[in-house]
Amino acid sequence: MTTQVARTTSYDADGQGWFGGPETGFGGRFMPEALIAALDELTVAWQDAMADPAFVAEFDAILREYAGLPSPLYLAERLSARVGCRVLLKREDLNHTGAHKIRNVLGQALLTKRMGKTRVIAETGAGQHGVASATAAAYFGLDCTVYMGSVDTRRQALNVARMNLLGAKVVPVESGSATLKDAINEALRDWVASVDHTAYLFGTAAGPHPFPSMVRDFTRGIGDEARAQCLERYGVLPDAIAACVGGGSNAIGLFTAFLDDADVAIYGFEPGGEGVDTPRHAATIHNGDRGVLHGARTYVLQDEDGQTIESHSISAGLDYPGVGPQHAHLAATGRATYLPVTDAEAMEAMALLSRTEGIIPAIESAHAIAGALRVAERLAEEKGPEATVLVNLSGRGDKDMGTAIEYFGLGREDAEVSDRATEDPVG
Amino acid sequence: MTTHIAFEKARADDRAALVGYLPAGYPDVAGGIDALRVLVDAGCDVIEIGLPYSDPVMDGPTIQAAAQAALDGGVRTTDVLRTVEAVAATGTPTLVMTYWNPVERYGVERFAADLASAGGAGLITPDLTPDSAPEWIAAADRHDLDKVFLVAPSSTEDRVAMTVAACRGFVYATAVMGVTGTRTTTSDLAGPLVARTRAAVAGLGSDLPVCVGLGVSNGDQAAEVASYADGVIVGSAFVRTLLDHADDRAAGLRALAALTEDLARGVRRG
Repeated sequence: MTTQVARTTSYDADGQGWFGGPETGFGGRFMPEALIAALDELTVAWQDAMADPAFVAEFDAILREYAGLPSPLYLAERLSARVGCRVLLKREDLNHTGAHKIRNVLGQALLTKRMGKTRVIAETGAGQHGVASATAAAYFGLDCTVYMGSVDTRRQALNVARMNLLGAKVVPVESGSATLKDAINEALRDWVASVDHTAYLFGTAAGPHPFPSMVRDFTRGIGDEARAQCLERYGVLPDAIAACVGGGSNAIGLFTAFLDDADVAIYGFEPGGEGVDTPRHAATIHNGDRGVLHGARTYVLQDEDGQTIESHSISAGLDYPGVGPQHAHLAATGRATYLPVTDAEAMEAMALLSRTEGIIPAIESAHAIAGALRVAERLAEEKGPEATVLVNLSGRGDKDMGTAIEYFGLGREDAEVSDRATEDPVG
Repeated sequence: MTTHIAFEKARADDRAALVGYLPAGYPDVAGGIDALRVLVDAGCDVIEIGLPYSDPVMDGPTIQAAAQAALDGGVRTTDVLRTVEAVAATGTPTLVMTYWNPVERYGVERFAADLASAGGAGLITPDLTPDSAPEWIAAADRHDLDKVFLVAPSSTEDRVAMTVAACRGFVYATAVMGVTGTRTTTSDLAGPLVARTRAAVAGLGSDLPVCVGLGVSNGDQAAEVASYADGVIVGSAFVRTLLDHADDRAAGLRALAALTEDLARGVRRG
């Protein structure tokens, strides 16, 4: 299966990186002049690479032989029985390093090599993108520095150790809220000073042009594969697709193949934290306002003076006060629907999937599961058991066991995960 | 008011201008105004007032620390405009240096109008290049405000020409590939960048001044930069001075005056 071909959709950005045009749209490039030449160079290199069959073939081969792709499309039978219609899981958790992110970093690192640069930098929240970047750097023999908020280095200590073992230098960032957004700021500062020999492996489909489109191109294999797998097996497209959205790379990777399939409903599930009516959430599209953050106009959690508000999610990987600009565009045009899922709902879904299917999802992915089950229950009522909901299971939950142990009190003899998760599933 | 007046005056004295930066609201709004007035009294020709922002990608740790303290102290965009009004009242051209989102959030047209009515000369926009700035350029032109965009050592000739053509007031040449912060040696990238920028200015038949920023912290460095640039921009060294005297404001202001005088002598030696 060829996964990576540069194809366009009706929702792509224009040549300047604007989704929906420069006047009212999202994206663009709000960056220091010092980085503009590098962004221009990257834009040209990415477009040339995606048009070069040799690059595409090499990328495909690496994904297949090294990263273990295409990932399976799995019919979750016990979960399906529970909701009354078909639930399909795109098993990105089975990829090398345990998440969809390996696609993006292998693409960007291959491009780095093609551009003749010798060092990569990356930012990371949960550590998954950092681990993936360190992995790709090791694979291609590149120096690697990863910026990580000091709050996150503490809550994701195992991933810090993984990055170190893979040969990457991890720099804890103390400034601001000491989380993902500050790690991005620090990586951008490094990049301003090192841009002649360093590539910035951006971890999500956000940031200045060309990152949102380039990251989408490298991750769109998720949707291309899933679309083909679903058609091949069931002869129809899914009625709905769903993914979690922090910055939004796994979601845009899934959505892209379906954007021009008008009959496929598209759902993005945002981290609702302790509730979108509290200050403790990261539901950027649901509760944010148009603004500029990290080089793009998008929806941003901000106060009335335009200062970024610190976000909260039980998932470090979703704890980001911005969102990729293409998601903002898809929300504004109504092509995709973005809804919040709370910490509690996500944790309940994490337990539910673990117990019904034997799959421990990342807490990020558990947001998608929780939201998709709501969609599935409604679709089952409307269309019956033949309705199909396809969910991107973007990553595995090993990295989140610390959070799960604390949240559920696991490891105690009397640990009770939740009423819903422990009740006997249907079927 | 345009900053051009200050550069004409400096040129008449056959010297470079000294451009001084401090963020508004540090250590508090009144204290920030006091510090900026010291810069004016001790010899700065042009004042830049930083609008503290939560995600300053071009700033090093020194300026970020002061800006964060100002934000923690509750500084608002309206306080920045109040600071501009107080400093511009001295007759010294006063610009705001700001990341873009706070302006967009305030409302571009409203910000331009309020800045102009506060007596501000214009804006310096570190994360807004002219090709992303049609709305700001239109508003600035309507309100007779300076538009100061940045050029960098990595800028292509085309981009230098495009940037210079969009600037009013002066051009901000970033001397190093890096963020704000003092450095022990001046950059060898600054001279060639100024030469390229001057060539672009000359190509337009303009006399737009070219100022150099990022890294200057003492009179000797100022003198060196002043030998080839129309203006020397100093920020982190001033901020550092205030941070170093956080527990004694009077001593901080005295040290700030002494540093400003040293730099002012420097631009007169260059």
